[in-house]
Amino acid sequence: MEETVIRVLDLYKSFNSHRVLDGINLEIERGKITVIIGKSGGGKSVLMKHLIGLMKPDRGEIWIDGVEITRLKERELNKVRRKFGMLFQEAALFDSMNVMENVEFPLREHTSMPLKEIRRTADDRLREVGLLGFGDKMPSELSGGMKKRVGLARALALDPEMILFDEPTSALDPIISLTIQDLIKETQMLLKKTYVVISHDIAGMFRIADKVAMLYEGKIIAFGTPEEVKKNPDEAVQEFLRATGMPGFVGGGV
Amino acid sequence: MNSVVAPLRKFATEFGAIWLLFLDTVYWTFRSRLKLGYLFKQMEFVGVRSLGVVIITGGFTGMVLALQTYYGFRKFSSEGMVGATVALSMTRELGPVLTGLMVTGRAGSAMAAQLGSMRVTEQIDALTVMALSPIKYLIVPRVLASLFMLPVLTIISDFVGIVGGYLVGVKMLSINEGVFMARMIKYVTLDDIYNGLVKAAVFGVLLSLISCYKGFNTKGGAEGVGQSTTQAVVYSSIAILISDYILTSLMW
Repeated sequence: MEETVIRVLDLYKSFNSHRVLDGINLEIERGKITVIIGKSGGGKSVLMKHLIGLMKPDRGEIWIDGVEITRLKERELNKVRRKFGMLFQEAALFDSMNVMENVEFPLREHTSMPLKEIRRTADDRLREVGLLGFGDKMPSELSGGMKKRVGLARALALDPEMILFDEPTSALDPIISLTIQDLIKETQMLLKKTYVVISHDIAGMFRIADKVAMLYEGKIIAFGTPEEVKKNPDEAVQEFLRATGMPGFVGGGV
Repeated sequence: MNSVVAPLRKFATEFGAIWLLFLDTVYWTFRSRLKLGYLFKQMEFVGVRSLGVVIITGGFTGMVLALQTYYGFRKFSSEGMVGATVALSMTRELGPVLTGLMVTGRAGSAMAAQLGSMRVTEQIDALTVMALSPIKYLIVPRVLASLFMLPVLTIISDFVGIVGGYLVGVKMLSINEGVFMARMIKYVTLDDIYNGLVKAAVFGVLLSLISCYKGFNTKGGAEGVGQSTTQAVVYSSIAILISDYILTSLMW
């Protein structure tokens, strides 16, 4: 029996009169990679921002590890946020700090570890993402792919239970995109954390996902393993799959 | 009708939001240990790096004041009052106001641009997601640095302005040095200087708070950052000039 760690119930959110989330229901399992896939501008980022309390829904509930977060005050919300790491779309590295300082930052602020240990942990994280020795570089000196690796190292720094990925492979060339996918898969298999990924990159994400949720017009229209989603007869699902433009698209296998 | 109501509503909304940000800033200032490293960095940025513009502005303002008042006072043979007039104008009014405006242009614009680009590149969200308060890390150091440094810069501006007035009045226009100094000492009291410093501290809080607010609430990429920066400078300058009148009338 799989354990649900994030449960979204009937989530609604509108901006002005435009309804972006139209009754989302979603369950995310512990220790798995769940990919939320959907069109650009289709509300994926909005959904993710709700999961971590950056936005409040119009109505609906979000349960994280047994705690309903949509009505929490900032202080309680911060306790829940400590369980998360997040990799932002453009990595969101602090550009006033170098790579090492970026990875060390959450450790310095949230733990009372001695400096030496902080440095060692940050080194470990940078090694895991293949950037050991890049500590002195400034974010502006890094390529897009490297920034995302540092962002991942920073997200992993505090050893969180769950990691959110906002479009981890967008704006990367196909080769770098592959290495980031592999990095996500490898770190997840190594660390056994819960990964939630939002992306419009169907082909790439079907490679690494344990579960796929397809977001379409504010609703989850398909949910299951990549194989199950591919076989889903729903017209919108099939249209979305076809739109990847990959003849004989297989996906799924790693 | 709508053309009157809409801007008023916008003004009220922003005014309220800035007030709430002020309360949050006060809360975070006292609630947790200050990040001294960040504070000193901002004090260096707001204070030390503004020294050049403040000295030039203060110096030339004092000089031109001496020139202008000399022209006026000479008409009724009161050239001796030039020193006192320059000193009173600098300490009570021009020192703090010009310092406030120059720091707005230099540091306020930079605050809005920095926070604005941090907003659009999601660095502020990253802080929030790490369960850290962006107000504590980004806004408190900037507001405190401005609160502390504006009075310091104002003293320097006052001093340089008076020296400038002295050079023009005594050395160039040959006003009797004894009279120039004696009148200045007689008519300028410590209260005049304090008044100016209180103003400077208020301007510091206003300009940093408004600039941070504008940066913090930036939307929409590079264009948004540009807009926030412009608005930060315009709104801060207006706030300084309006509050200057209010403070002057209160501290008469």
